[in-house]
Amino acid sequence: MARAKKNVRKSGRRHPLATAALVAVGLLVTGAAYTGFSQTSATAEIDLESPATIEAGEKLFGANCATCHGASAQGTPDGPSLIGAGAASVNFQVGTGRMPLAFQGPQGMVKPAQFSEDQTLQMAAYVASLAPGPALPDSRYLQGDGDVANGGTLFRINCAMCHNVAAAGGALTEGKFAPKLTGVAPTHVYEAMITGPQNMPVFSDANITPQEKADIISYLKYIEEKPAVGGLTLGSIGPVAEGLFIWVIGLGAIVGLTVWVTAKSN
Amino acid sequence: MAEEAKNSGDEHAVVAAQGHGPVEAAVGTAVVSSDAVQNPGLPPHRKRVTDLDPKRAKRAERLVYTLFYISIAGSLGAVLAYMFFPIETGDLMAIRLQTLFVGLGMALSLLAIGIGAVHWGKALMADHESIDERHPVASDEPTREGAAEVFKLADEESGFSRRSLVRNSLIGALIAFPLPGITLLRGLAPQDRDPVQLLKHTMWDTGVRLARDPSGVPIKASEVTIGSAFHVIPESLNHDDFHNLTLDERGGSDNLLDAKAKAIVLLMRLDQSELKELPERADWSYDGIVAYSKVCTHVGCPVALYEQHTHHLLCPCHQSQFDVSEHAKVVFGPAKRPLPQLPITVDDEGYLVAQSDFHEPVGPSFWERLK
Repeated sequence: MARAKKNVRKSGRRHPLATAALVAVGLLVTGAAYTGFSQTSATAEIDLESPATIEAGEKLFGANCATCHGASAQGTPDGPSLIGAGAASVNFQVGTGRMPLAFQGPQGMVKPAQFSEDQTLQMAAYVASLAPGPALPDSRYLQGDGDVANGGTLFRINCAMCHNVAAAGGALTEGKFAPKLTGVAPTHVYEAMITGPQNMPVFSDANITPQEKADIISYLKYIEEKPAVGGLTLGSIGPVAEGLFIWVIGLGAIVGLTVWVTAKSN
Repeated sequence: MAEEAKNSGDEHAVVAAQGHGPVEAAVGTAVVSSDAVQNPGLPPHRKRVTDLDPKRAKRAERLVYTLFYISIAGSLGAVLAYMFFPIETGDLMAIRLQTLFVGLGMALSLLAIGIGAVHWGKALMADHESIDERHPVASDEPTREGAAEVFKLADEESGFSRRSLVRNSLIGALIAFPLPGITLLRGLAPQDRDPVQLLKHTMWDTGVRLARDPSGVPIKASEVTIGSAFHVIPESLNHDDFHNLTLDERGGSDNLLDAKAKAIVLLMRLDQSELKELPERADWSYDGIVAYSKVCTHVGCPVALYEQHTHHLLCPCHQSQFDVSEHAKVVFGPAKRPLPQLPITVDDEGYLVAQSDFHEPVGPSFWERLK
């Protein structure tokens, strides 16, 4: 097999897969260019109130979400009602790729988003038009320029018990877990607080004010960007990782040294 | 000794050769087994490559002194690292660099000495088998008798056996001597107040408003949406107000953190239909809003991992799980009893207030809990 390949190369003929590879490269380049283009165009404001957006959202909803959530989002045994879920909830669940669910399990997982930003916002507009619910966060709270110290205090009191003090995430019951919060877009952090996705409790604006949420987002941004002064963080998940490191690496080295010291020289 | 070992080996061989028939012996007596393992003696001496090949010996020597020079370089490197990465600037990253390089230098210095010394011993120092004589553990009979004599004489002269009253009182005194140390532990509890009362009484009282931790802003019932979780403290639990309170209003604690540790509460709002309440506690919640002590009944860790869908509260330390929809009963883990519930209601302005203090002590069980 290997020899056959070599012969092909030697003869100077084009590899039979060359055409396929060329087509693949071409598709990749076009796709990437299109993604870049569509992403830049998505930053253009979408009017969530306009009937056209809502109608487009309704169509997307009917084609992609109605199987579980019901034709008019009223909910079925397979999926909860979305009436009153609000735009923030849709933007969080669809924008992080959690919805549509890949499979039923203890927890919906983060995946590459299935819909473009425009499509996500259209669906959000449709769900928001059904009943009032948590709206998309105001961009001025998402800049990460809040009071980091206050954000840290609030994070330790309200979030750290599940998400870990270094925002590295943690285990919950029966296979559920609190995800890590590094690398999460500020808008998704804010939306998670106001909507309480999956098993997370709701931290409405009446509980933690928008400014306090901005502080928490700033704190998250701060600990994400802050270099680890202690050297290797080992995932910041606490004594488990450190213990494993000592047991495997440290004891391994000690055992290796002991074997060498007691071995006879030859 | 090597010779002796060989001899004893031969002896066994003789016994083995003679003892083919069944050995008659009483149960429990030592029997020389006919197929005892032969003493193999010492293996033949095997010369090391450094003994056979002078080039290899030279190389080992070079390696050893190179290691010692590396050690010197490591020590000097650590000193230089201390000078070149000063931490006077207050920059946290400077601490990282200094720790890293000083540590690496010191590790290199010590490891190279150790590895070099062991390699020297193994590869270059004289290599021959030798046997250390092992002396019998027990002394000879006259010495042992002499020692027994000394003890007997001491007993006679001191009267330790004869004067039993003196002896027993000494033993009694030695037993009683550690007791003051145990008694001193009482000093860890407050002197003037009953620890049991102290543990039963918190800052919560009739009409005390439930406030957010840490801001102390009181919570309106209308602000608590379904699925919400609030971390709650008594409204007056802040530096300014706390020092103006009487000791009783402070829940018996002089210290703000002590008072907070007893009073922390987790407030959640569930769909009313999902709440299964005990009949005697029917009016302890308000419109689906329930408040439970955040102090675990196992060993007192803060329980605050609230799962909105399952209504389970998880303690991350020892995995106790409480079901908030069913009066915080224990569904899993080492905790023995449900979390104490704080009876709540609303005042005229719509703020959530406590109906009374907790009806049982918060935190882990203790002996006099039911007193």
